[in-house]
Amino acid sequence: MPIALKCHKGLGPAVTGTALVADDNFSTRYDLDRIEGTFSRPAHKLYGQSYLDKVLVLVTAKGGVASAWMLHEMVARGMAPKAILFDRANTILAQGAAFAQLTMVDRFEAGSPTTLIRTGDEVAIDPASGLVTILNRDA
Amino acid sequence: MRLTDEEKAMLAGGQGPVRQWAIRHQVAVGEFFDAPDLVPVGQAHIMADTESLGEAGVAWLEGLACSPEKERRVAIPTITDPRGLDFASYKRLRQTDAMADIEARAIRAFEALGVLMTNTCINYQTILPPVRGEHLAMGDTGVVIYSNSVMGARSNFEGGPSALAAGLTGRTPRYGYHLDQHRAGTMLFEVAHRPTDFADWGALGGIVGRVANSYWQVPVVTGLEDRPPNSDELKHFGAALASFGSVALFHMPGLTPEAPALSDAFAGRAAPAAVPIGKADFDAFYRGYAATGDKVDVVVFAAPQLSLIEMAEVADLIAGRRVHEATSLVVATSPEIKFAADRMGLTARIEDAGGIVAAGVCFYQSYAREMAEANGWQRLLTNSAKLVNILAGYGYKPTLASMARCIDSAVAGKVL
Repeated sequence: MPIALKCHKGLGPAVTGTALVADDNFSTRYDLDRIEGTFSRPAHKLYGQSYLDKVLVLVTAKGGVASAWMLHEMVARGMAPKAILFDRANTILAQGAAFAQLTMVDRFEAGSPTTLIRTGDEVAIDPASGLVTILNRDA
Repeated sequence: MRLTDEEKAMLAGGQGPVRQWAIRHQVAVGEFFDAPDLVPVGQAHIMADTESLGEAGVAWLEGLACSPEKERRVAIPTITDPRGLDFASYKRLRQTDAMADIEARAIRAFEALGVLMTNTCINYQTILPPVRGEHLAMGDTGVVIYSNSVMGARSNFEGGPSALAAGLTGRTPRYGYHLDQHRAGTMLFEVAHRPTDFADWGALGGIVGRVANSYWQVPVVTGLEDRPPNSDELKHFGAALASFGSVALFHMPGLTPEAPALSDAFAGRAAPAAVPIGKADFDAFYRGYAATGDKVDVVVFAAPQLSLIEMAEVADLIAGRRVHEATSLVVATSPEIKFAADRMGLTARIEDAGGIVAAGVCFYQSYAREMAEANGWQRLLTNSAKLVNILAGYGYKPTLASMARCIDSAVAGKVL
């Protein structure tokens, strides 16, 4: 049986992708090189890694009101993550996901997704029903 | 979500597709945060610099601006955060004509929507200060934290699309800091070292922010009651706290309006154990950005934009001196303060010494990475803790120092 994780109802379409996980936070303005599609802030735990088409799994969103526009701009250029999973989203990233039609969920019943999901896991996200399924591991 | 008949009609498209987009967006966000309904707001403040808008965002705004006038005009006073470029100074900062073109397009679109181009992140000092209990849709984290904490108003961080949506509907989803239940303190900090300048106030915000580290934490800060900080000091403290910690509300018992006493800050609940903050914490914070002796490429006063009082301080410190030929000095303020600074001779004193005074921008929102590459800037000196936090991700090596040390270093051409 794949591992099913319940979360709060989220935003955006249902998608499946490969997880990139870190016990760290997220800001499009502070953390990313949006042209290259990589994490560019040296102190970030995913520094140097590409987020393109990944299901990002992080703790929370930080700072930067600009993130709402930036998610839209990244999606328009096809240079965005496939989905973002947070332990708890902040307002800006949720607003940005709603605007950009990017998949986003948070508030998992079993704890932080950064401990429940591992980098490399194949995960299916269904925001409308608040369900994330880890496809490559059994419960 | 519970909607009024008027809101239901708006959602059904009865007031046109622009307002329909706006309320649809608000319902999606409201449901994500379990908002019971929409709350009327008094002002909206839009962060929408062209660097973050990109071509996609500007084209989207231009689409809205093509709608019939009655359908596209904002319903409440709607103002803007700093822009990506100041037409009067962009060439001196080596920004490009392409940046100026996209900026002009964005401005035309916003003006067609009835948005007032205030281009400021210090609107609480210069435009229409928020009032206690007033619900708002403020963009810019520094504006939100100041409005919530110092004025006792009620706003979440509203990203550009959401703030524009609020301007168009006159409402915002009622969640987060619109609700009493989120406004009580969650952490206690006892400060034993008095900040002495704006860099120190920002450092204190950074220290508290690193510990709080969540939008949903409400720090309560004590130990500063002996001399109430002024508006500029709280501006730097709040901007750094919001930047380092994503925090939207703090209380200072005896100083801020929702916390006459410590027990009020925690809504009558017992205060948690205090996190002590002493001189060693400030020293460690500064050490993280230290660079004594390095050549300094650019000295920046911004983030938040300078008040008239800060402009006068910069002018007093630099007057009669000369910025080193291998160093740039950039000062960012709001258009209103720039007019005042021009009239009072402050701009001339700063620019005669070799500085650049830019209006309606705030440095980090104006293509900071491209400016660094075009000007060969790397080592940056500033008295803004918010700026040192942001710019490390933009390829700069930022150092935090007092305004006086920043200016002495600008004249010497190296970090003193």
